[in-house]
Amino acid sequence: MSAPARSRAAPRTGRPGPLWALPGALFFGVFAVLPMLLVAYLSFTHWNGLGTPAFAGLDNWTRLAGDPLMHRAAGLSLLLTVSSWAIQTPISLLLGVWSAGRQRGRAFLSAVFFLPLLLSSAAVAIVWRALLDPNFGPLAWAGPALGLGSLDPLGSGGSAFWVIVAVAAWQFIPLHMLLYQGGARQIPATLYQAARIDGAGRLGMFWHITLPQLRNTITTSSVLMVVGSLTYFDTVLIMTDGGPGTDTTIVPYLMFRAGFRSWELGYAGAIAFTLVVVATLIALVMVRLTGFGSMRSTREGL
Amino acid sequence: MRSVVDERTPASGRRTAPPPRRPGTAGRVRHRGVGERPNLLGGLGALAWLAVVVLPLYALVIATFQRGENYVPEGPLAPPSDPTLGNYATAVDKGLLGFIGNTALVTVGVVALVVVLAATTSFAVVRSRTRLTDTAFRMFLLGLAIPAQAVIIPVYVIIVRLELYDTLAAIVLPTAAFALPVCVLILVGSMRDISEELYEAMALDGAGPVRTFWRLVVPMSRSGLGTVAVYSALQAWNGFLFPLILTQSSDRRVITMGLYEFQGEYRVDVPGLLTAVVLSTVPLFLVYLVARRSLADGLMGVGGK
Repeated sequence: MSAPARSRAAPRTGRPGPLWALPGALFFGVFAVLPMLLVAYLSFTHWNGLGTPAFAGLDNWTRLAGDPLMHRAAGLSLLLTVSSWAIQTPISLLLGVWSAGRQRGRAFLSAVFFLPLLLSSAAVAIVWRALLDPNFGPLAWAGPALGLGSLDPLGSGGSAFWVIVAVAAWQFIPLHMLLYQGGARQIPATLYQAARIDGAGRLGMFWHITLPQLRNTITTSSVLMVVGSLTYFDTVLIMTDGGPGTDTTIVPYLMFRAGFRSWELGYAGAIAFTLVVVATLIALVMVRLTGFGSMRSTREGL
Repeated sequence: MRSVVDERTPASGRRTAPPPRRPGTAGRVRHRGVGERPNLLGGLGALAWLAVVVLPLYALVIATFQRGENYVPEGPLAPPSDPTLGNYATAVDKGLLGFIGNTALVTVGVVALVVVLAATTSFAVVRSRTRLTDTAFRMFLLGLAIPAQAVIIPVYVIIVRLELYDTLAAIVLPTAAFALPVCVLILVGSMRDISEELYEAMALDGAGPVRTFWRLVVPMSRSGLGTVAVYSALQAWNGFLFPLILTQSSDRRVITMGLYEFQGEYRVDVPGLLTAVVLSTVPLFLVYLVARRSLADGLMGVGGK
């Protein structure tokens, strides 16, 4: 950019001072950055929300390291993250690329595919919980109708977790589809025309043009999925409340329970801080690995 | 989060090229050239996904016209044999409209705060060449990675200390703060697209920063501002965690809390509960009907929140 050289020549009157950024920065600082620091501080204290926090040294951290519930929750969060990514990425990528094309009815389908995005997480969770209610919902009708007896997928430990994974997919695939649709629309048609002249088939073009060209979108979408899964909370609270037993107690839910059910704010702070650090690290590593951080163009030389 | 960086290009492309759809369809993606056979597998997959999306939504809407006692015997997919609007009347009786009113207030507050703060901040980031604004921008970029769930405890403490606990402002402030990074990123993108010549022309006219802001920056970033408004409105309307932790009394209840509360009461009345869900979505659905494009753009800014 030639901007710096120019700016010196141009009159300075139109330029805003740093004061313009102050309200926004201050506001964000108080409600997001300061809490980050407080979370770190709280993790070294015992506090039940009343009075002043008492310094606790490494108590919360040693407890965290030895807490079987936390180990379980970390494992479940990892499983949720990996399986969500593995399920949502291929589906949303294929549907997104498809809906970027020019088939008949595509606009209509895209409009319908969008609809789940209008529902809040709370609404999605409530709808699915109601539809899966063993006594008063459709399953009470479907079980006998299909000769399966009573069905209760949310009531048994094995299936409740996978119901959560499926609901997350239902809720978030439309969003990622939208990202991939936008990404695919940006791929220059000349690439496909050249490939077609070279005799490439549809699969070949998908593999050698579409996928590499979508690299940045894949990173974006994956980072969103991973951070989203690590902080997945509303749905679990509403659908299973961490249960049955602790079978769906993932890390954010465990933090909520420690903080706002047992009022062990120091311990909850330790869990929260772990969450922030892990989410940030994963996001950074993914961005670095894929070269997205440098905002390198996938279309250099075109 | 980062999607915004990625989607900036299409958004600005749309802005600079006035006919919105045509350039996209005319010159860009031609997965299907002339004479190529249609993508049968793709079509089938799309239809399968259509079923996955539509069936639950159909079951959701149809249930709202079903009488509670007929819901289980008649099954979720059959049209009600004896349709009723009674569920809607009950939901309104239970104060659902009040919750929607609270949510609307919260949404207006969040949108106003976010639009003003994001616009001024982005203007400074783009145009002011000082260390401070660079630092502020870097703080916002870092802030993209802060999940609200992880800092909810200190946010609760801060809100209690500010004596705002159990007020609508308690929801507005953190919701707006957490929407800011994405919005700043969107607007920095829009404002960078304004050409240097226009700024220089303003400066030659002797315009100060305030006039430059109102006469040039705001009009030129209208579509970015629209996206920001839609994004923050969605965050506010659908927010769950902040209202859950920061409010408690029933006259401060927003719609997501109302639904959560209903879920306990309506355990045996699934149609009643689903009616509340449908009613809570009507306002967003109306927005969707008139402003599909900017809603889609706004959503691309939504992190997995």
